[in-house]
Amino acid sequence: MNIHEYQAKELLRSYQVPVPAGNVAFSDGQAYSIAEQIGGERWVIKAQIHAGGRGKAGGVKVADSLEEVRRIADEMIGMTLVTHQTGPKGRVVKRVLVEEASTIVAEYYLGFVIDRATQRITIVASSEGGVEIEEVAKHNPDKIIRETIDPAIGLADFQCRKVAAAMGLRDKERMTQLVRIMKRIYRCFRDKDALQAEINPLAQVDGGKLICLDAKFNFDTNALYRHPDINELRDLDEEDPKEVEASGHGLNYIALDGDIGCIVNGAGLAMATMDAITLHGGRPANFLDVGGGASPEKVTNACRIVMEDPNVKALLVNIFAGINRCDWIATGLIQAYRTLNIELPMVVRLAGTNVEQGRKILEDSGLPFVQAANLDDAAAKAVATIKGESA
Amino acid sequence: MSIFVNQDSKVIFQGFTGQHATFHAEEAIKTGTNVVGGVTPGKGGTTHLGRPVFDTVAEAVEATGADVSAIFVPPAFAADAIMEAIDAGIKVAVVIADGIPVQDMVRVQRYRAGRDTLVIGPNTPGIITPGQCKVGIMPAHIYKPGRIGVVSRSGTLNYEAVEQMTALGLGQSTSVGIGGDPVNGTDFVTVLKAFEADPDTDAVVMIGEIGGPQEVAAARWAKENMRKPIVGFVAGLSAPPGRRMGHAGAIIAGEEDTAKAKMDLMEQLGLYVARNPAHIGETVMRALREHGLA
Repeated sequence: MNIHEYQAKELLRSYQVPVPAGNVAFSDGQAYSIAEQIGGERWVIKAQIHAGGRGKAGGVKVADSLEEVRRIADEMIGMTLVTHQTGPKGRVVKRVLVEEASTIVAEYYLGFVIDRATQRITIVASSEGGVEIEEVAKHNPDKIIRETIDPAIGLADFQCRKVAAAMGLRDKERMTQLVRIMKRIYRCFRDKDALQAEINPLAQVDGGKLICLDAKFNFDTNALYRHPDINELRDLDEEDPKEVEASGHGLNYIALDGDIGCIVNGAGLAMATMDAITLHGGRPANFLDVGGGASPEKVTNACRIVMEDPNVKALLVNIFAGINRCDWIATGLIQAYRTLNIELPMVVRLAGTNVEQGRKILEDSGLPFVQAANLDDAAAKAVATIKGESA
Repeated sequence: MSIFVNQDSKVIFQGFTGQHATFHAEEAIKTGTNVVGGVTPGKGGTTHLGRPVFDTVAEAVEATGADVSAIFVPPAFAADAIMEAIDAGIKVAVVIADGIPVQDMVRVQRYRAGRDTLVIGPNTPGIITPGQCKVGIMPAHIYKPGRIGVVSRSGTLNYEAVEQMTALGLGQSTSVGIGGDPVNGTDFVTVLKAFEADPDTDAVVMIGEIGGPQEVAAARWAKENMRKPIVGFVAGLSAPPGRRMGHAGAIIAGEEDTAKAKMDLMEQLGLYVARNPAHIGETVMRALREHGLA
């Protein structure tokens, strides 16, 4: 689960990690009074959406007067921001962060991830801050510093000093600051079950102080049950409403841009079904995993959610019943067909427990299910349905 | 023979008296698995499914000589249950739960260091040696005894591959689900090593998916260390980057995480690659023929 930059900074502040003075505003008037409260002569106004690349898209602006703060906030709130991470539709800005402006002397990168190779929390740092770390990794791989943390020991001071030295922060004052910042972020990362934290840039500002100018956090949704404070930071506006609705029904749904709606059990088989469609020259409209116990209600909900996508021209149901039973699935499909008045062609592939009974139930129903013998056959038939229609 | 579990395995269930554990323990018993008891804290001294219930894993191991544990404990308590199994000297701990916090698994893996318990999962259908021992939630009837080793991250895709093999008359020595989480107890390399050493396995099917370095690490290891043919497939060719595709670990975070990149590398490293998930069975057949095994 992602959170907004201002929420990440509040969290860091609560761990005594230095961040610029600032606050979130939902209106231009609020932005004005926050800037007034902060004081000074320059402020930064930053659009709050869960996507990177805001600067280039016009989502980060500097103001030299309180009136300018108001004007920029007014422009920004309600605008649709399109960045390389939002997709072509972009995101509507509903809140902005108003902060004191800083004079930057140097920019660094500091990240924490759970490294899958070492299976441990790992620090990724670089003296090249303010740019995307993937770019640094590609063009300047020797500028990437990695330090793995032993979960039984925690982050040791010497590890932080190693990172500081490699980043070029060698004077005692800067080194001490960085050790403190890293240890506090690590504690926050561990306490709150984060999966990823990114400070980019970590800046040295006028006067020599190190401060987090941007902050991104991603949290483990499986651990939210023990972090109600983090759970509260969830912003449903930043999520696809259909994905939210699907998860409420115990379905895992991800919208894609094709025209063959997929209903599958199991994440791996769901991906493989999409792949088989693609390999047959078709385009899947979605990823959907109905999970283990696919009851008739669940199957009906799945059909409904998939068909709400206006691009969907055919349905492919691929169920490999393990604990489940194909006869129950077949009954569920018939129920879905009748309740939802499905008019789209529906290709059904059943396999596993009680497959013969399941197939017979579908056949005897008199409904126009197109049955498939296996995965390949199912993908071929679904794609043929689409091609037949467009021809 | 087989790997990790066989007819001599003595299996206990952690969370034994719960609904799911009860159902799957009954299924395991039906298929001939030697279920010797179970653990439910607070119910020690009672019996369930005609087998003794213990308060702790240590007591269960002491009394029954159990060496395999099927852990049917909810995600929030699973890490603790795994460590309890490791502490009690269980040799193979199979963790079914989907949804264990990743940092819990980071700590479990640290706890495991230096001890010889094999942790299979989490987020797995489990492990089965057809006709001998089933520890998990997979439908036993689709598996047939045979000489192909199967290892996969996904459950239903494992079933899919097995069905394709069965249709061609190919059975399995052992099938292992290593699970769909980003930090898991057992990686592909560990399982490949065991299959390479197993005299009753002729070839291995390795089914991966997008995200993480495991498939490529395994293919690199296999190139140097394995003589038996491996058939590889990686799901998620059509998955968009940056999205978790159902499994917590199935996310394209970089170019090397994509299905295409992984399959290209597997091919370069000498694996048989099924580019299409519907062609896994026939690719196994081709590998066997080319190795004079079919």
